Order: sequence, then C-alpha cells, then structure tokens
Amino acid sequence: MKYLKNVSSLKFFAEKCTNCLVCIDVCPHEVFKLKNKKVVVADKDLCMECGACALNCKYGAIAVNSGVGCATGIINGMLTGGEPSCDCGGSASSECC
Amino acid sequence: MDENINILELCKKPEQIEKAKRVSSEWSRSDYSGSIKCRISNSFRMKYKIKPGLYAVGEPDANSEVFASANYKLSFDVLRKALSGLSAWILVLDTKGINVWCAAAKGTFGTKELVRRIDGVKLGNFLNHRRIILPQLGAVGVNADSVFKRTGFKVYFGPVYAKDIKAYLNAGRRKTAEMRKIKFSMLDRLILTPREVIPAMNKFIIFAVIILLFFGIQPTGILFKSAWVYGEPFLLLGLASITAGSFITPVFLPFIPFRSFALKGWITGILLTVPVIFLFNSPELKNILIFSATILFFPMASSYLALQFTGSTTFTNMSGVKKELKTALPVYLISAVISIVLLIIYKLHKLAVI
Repeated sequence: MKYLKNVSSLKFFAEKCTNCLVCIDVCPHEVFKLKNKKVVVADKDLCMECGACALNCKYGAIAVNSGVGCATGIINGMLTGGEPSCDCGGSASSECC
Repeated sequence: MDENINILELCKKPEQIEKAKRVSSEWSRSDYSGSIKCRISNSFRMKYKIKPGLYAVGEPDANSEVFASANYKLSFDVLRKALSGLSAWILVLDTKGINVWCAAAKGTFGTKELVRRIDGVKLGNFLNHRRIILPQLGAVGVNADSVFKRTGFKVYFGPVYAKDIKAYLNAGRRKTAEMRKIKFSMLDRLILTPREVIPAMNKFIIFAVIILLFFGIQPTGILFKSAWVYGEPFLLLGLASITAGSFITPVFLPFIPFRSFALKGWITGILLTVPVIFLFNSPELKNILIFSATILFFPMASSYLALQFTGSTTFTNMSGVKKELKTALPVYLISAVISIVLLIIYKLHKLAVI
C-alpha cells in the first residue's frame, strides 16, 4: 500500500553516505536498497516519515521531517497551535495510541 | 582452596538476577481477555500497564539475550509469548503504557529511557555480553550509536514482529528482508475498526438528537411521531456514513480507488448513501433541498471518518495527511454549512414561515 505521491519529506544526501546499511536495517517499508553496492532511495513514496533512518544515521546522510501522520493529531495541533500530537482530546492525560 | 572460593563466588547469582521478576511465556485466560478488551476500550487500554524493570523468561543467565520492550502489557505479553522455550531477559521501559512504535514516536521508548533502564538495573554488572535486542520499530526513538557510547551496550534492531525472534536468533541475529517489513493485513485493519467505530458512534448520538429535534419541531410543538417518521431515514444515513467511513474504508482500504483517504471515504460514503436514499424513497428525501443536503453531507461525513484512520495505519505520513487536510477541511466546513442552511430553508418553508 502506498500513500500520496511525492509528499514525503525524506532527503538522502548520497555524498555523506558510507553505506553502513543502518537505514536499510531500520526502515519498515524498504525505502532504501543497495544498488551496485551503494545505498539508494528505492521508492520515496513508500516513506511514512517515521524518522528511524535519520535518527540512526551517524553521518547525517538522511533528513526527514518526522511526525504523527494522524488526521486527529494534526487537527489537534492546528487547534492548539502546537505540533501535531497524537494525544487525543488535547489533554495530557488522555493519550490514544 | 582459593580456587574453591572463586567457584563459589561465580556460582552465587548476582543480586540483579535474583531481583528480576520471573514471568511465564504462557498466556493466562486474563491475558487473552485483556488482549481483546484493549482493542475495544480506550480507558482499559490506557491502564493496561506493567511495572518497568527487568523480567526473566525461562532460566536466563549471564549469557542470555536481553530484549527491550514497552510497559504496555500487550506489547510485553506478545514478546514473552514469542520467547516460549527460550531463556531470556526482558528489560521493560517506562513508555506510560504505550506500545513500542507509538512510544518511540513520542520519545518515551527512546535513547534516554533505555540508557536510564540499562543503568538502573545494572545490566552490565551481571552479563557476560553487551548486547540488547530492540524491536525494529523502536529505532524511531532510539539512537543505537548514542546508547552504545553511553552504556557500552550494542543495540541490535531485531525483527518488526516478535514471532520472528526465534528465526532471527537462529540466523545469528540476522534479519531477512521480510522480517524488516511492517504489514497491514485485512485482519490487522479489521482489529482496529472498533477504535474507529466507537468514537464515531459517540458523535452519532449527538447527531441523532439534533436530527430528531429538527424533524420533531412542528407548529404545534415537538412531536415524537414526526421526529421518528421523518428523522428515521437520516439516522440510517448517519449509520451508513459510519459504516462506510469507519468500517468499510479501513477494512477494504487497498481495494478502494485513489490513495487519498478523504477520497476513499467519500467513494464508500456515496456508494452507501445513494442506496439508502432510494430504499426509503420518502417524500422528504425527494425534496430538492433535503436531497441536496443529504448528498452533500453524508458522503462527506464518511470521508471525514475515513481520514481519521490515517492515525492507525502503518504507511501514511504526516506530510501527506497535512496535504489532505489542507483541501479537505475547508470542503468539510463549507459542505456542512451549506447542508445546514438548506435544512433550515426547508424547515422554515415547511413551517410556512417563508
């Protein structure tokens, strides 16, 4: 299953990549793959912006604007003027996921 | 003599090992019923927690593997069940009762908490190795390099699913491509639908009261009979929208055209709204004002509900949902306002005010 085309904020800086493969190890959607012994982005549209790759890349070769991809969370964020949050209902005590 | 003392020292189990709580890999009846209840009730799920700390499955020793988990009891239960027949340690982090993936996104299943727990239970004091296996999805919150630098423990991101742990260990802590992939089967989606339908039904109660009042108001006062006779088709249309947006769209997700959840929900919504309108064939629904309001409102309600499901999927991203909302929210608001205006005009006309 794929979500909207060309919306993921994933950025891959090949020149910083050392091919340590940690991104391939942590990505749950096979966004990265090895091509001629080099890491490449196989399909950006598969990226769900979870941020696991960017967090674990020691070399700063990946940047992604990660966050909750949840409509309720984003609407909550809009209403409270803050970041999208998956704490349903807006109060700190009622967390949903 | 010296040798004997050394052996005795070695045989003495370190305090940490004695302190670790022993758990079975078997599920009890209450574990099974809990696993169902937390899919249905939000309040039950939020309290379905265990105490963070070190647990032992089987008879682990200084060479056994350590697995990290969340203190959401279902996450912990799934892990210990997958470890049946093995002897291992489970280090439970304090994720405030939230599952690994969501907690990792929130940062509670994160580098800081992992380091704190490793230090807290003095993991390094009684192990002969420096490995800790995390669920792969924990990588969203845990920086393996940082954990290594701060504790000396090397983080291994294991398989996404606990059921693959044995195969992963047998392969020498190596994952196949399949073990890395998150799935989202029809059954997975079906299990998530109560969490969509139940909140929608709570909103439906408010909707029903408004509809019944609207049709009940007559020149002679509020009449229960006319409320029911005229209101019934709209209550069913409301239920049809919930069925379409919160149940059919999630379950049949990949089979519904378009990638946008708002569009998917609108399609299932219109597919259910139209037959219900024709099924009733009531004079009310033949009124152009009511008909237009109905066609406008109910598929849109389904679209809105379907968009909520983005929060439960394993593949939607924030940028995409933001993009959808940018168009969908104004459309929802305008459609809702137009529907209400149409209904008010109809009602005023009916009451012979205009």
